[in-house]
Amino acid sequence: MSIKKTSLNNLHIKYGAKLVEFAGYQMPIQYKDGIIQEHKYTRSHSGIFDVSHMGQLFISGGDDLTNDLEKIFPADLKKLKTNQSKYSFLMNNKGGIQDDLIITKRSDGFLIILNAACKYNDYEVIKSKLDNQYKLNLDESLSLIALQGPEAKNVLNKVIPGCNSLKFMNGNNYVYNNKKVYITRSGYTGEDGFEISIKHSDAETFVESLIENGSKLIGLGARDTLRMEAGLCLYGNDLDNDTSPIEANLKWAIPKSRIETEFVGSEVLKNQFQGGVKKLRVGIKPESKVIARGNTKIYNDKNQEIGKVTSGTFGPSVEHPIAIGYVDNSYSTVNTKIFLEVRGKKIPANICNLPFYKKNYVKGEINV
Amino acid sequence: MSEVKYSKEHEWIKLDGEEATIGITKHATEMLGDIVFAELPEKGSNVDKDGTAGVVESTKAASDVYTPVSGEVIDTNQMIVDDPSKINEDPEESAWFFKLKIKDKSEMDSLMSKEEYEKFTKETSA
Repeated sequence: MSIKKTSLNNLHIKYGAKLVEFAGYQMPIQYKDGIIQEHKYTRSHSGIFDVSHMGQLFISGGDDLTNDLEKIFPADLKKLKTNQSKYSFLMNNKGGIQDDLIITKRSDGFLIILNAACKYNDYEVIKSKLDNQYKLNLDESLSLIALQGPEAKNVLNKVIPGCNSLKFMNGNNYVYNNKKVYITRSGYTGEDGFEISIKHSDAETFVESLIENGSKLIGLGARDTLRMEAGLCLYGNDLDNDTSPIEANLKWAIPKSRIETEFVGSEVLKNQFQGGVKKLRVGIKPESKVIARGNTKIYNDKNQEIGKVTSGTFGPSVEHPIAIGYVDNSYSTVNTKIFLEVRGKKIPANICNLPFYKKNYVKGEINV
Repeated sequence: MSEVKYSKEHEWIKLDGEEATIGITKHATEMLGDIVFAELPEKGSNVDKDGTAGVVESTKAASDVYTPVSGEVIDTNQMIVDDPSKINEDPEESAWFFKLKIKDKSEMDSLMSKEEYEKFTKETSA
């Protein structure tokens, strides 16, 4: 299989990107400034992320679509207003997460944003669970660009006037270069921001105009450190087929109204809601400067293994190593002392609250 | 005259009499990206040629630092432990890693000259 390129590939090269293969695509891991500067620029100004490798799945047709999708996803889709988005999951029968995703209700159906590495499988799974009266379109004619950071609203509003009135987790249609674009106020950095779905042919000029207005391109490296500081999960690291949303500490994404209803994996989730879970996702802060990466084993003070790290890095904004991992539930309380086995040594660390980095929003309108 | 040589693992070594100063090359720092952690060998310990003698971590990944020659660790650079970003800033001068009392000077023979190392990095990164 040949490696795919996004519509911004030439732009990545122009701005000095180091390109790597990610989920079958050639993607920028970083540009000239490097991960730390890119991370900090996103937190202080605004960063542009090429996320065109992610799946944009449109589902439409049929009066029972909402009902039928609720049999797949544990979201309250009936209550969703047009242009409103919700974070949800595609689960297996064991309640394990096959993908985490964002569902937006559109005037003509639903849009689901899928992880790049999962999108083709998701498409097949969702299609197999839906009656063939529905139309599924994994639209590969669209680029997806995220603009994140405190200045994102000002920068984007200069290029596409009016979009700064969008509320968090809401979207709408706008016009760019006389063509329709769809923008949602959402993101993956812990910052205010937007995700713009745009025709491939317009993506490059659109991004150049964001750059002219002060934004910078940011690579996948900083995207990873930003999302970790924000305590957000990366599918494949922090979430997988053997982990349920309850174990992943994402209970908030399962509305109470859905707990007693049926959907794929609902039996397991119902049991976990009532009986609790054995392992739980937690934030971990090492006491020293040592970084514990994914798969680092976690021990208690009696040298018993109690879990493992699933993501870990140095947090450029918190200026300290940070990690996300799973521990035996009895060790999940904040401030519990644990030990991380790094290069044969046991490094003391503490369970801490997520996120590691919290934005103090000037306006109260945004709830992250 | 001190002699500077280079290893395939991207360490540089400067020999002054019996004292060898070792660090990682500019090329290595460019490949690693922003360095956020450094671990050095213990003073007084003995390290063997091509053995692990430290660790550097960037935001992306951890990498071992090897010693290109054997010897006793006589000094380590606390500055890079306190501020690992110094390694990106000045890798081949002030951000050295450790100093050894070299055991066998002939171990220097198998290392590369500056010209050979530059050719090596061009070939391996091409």
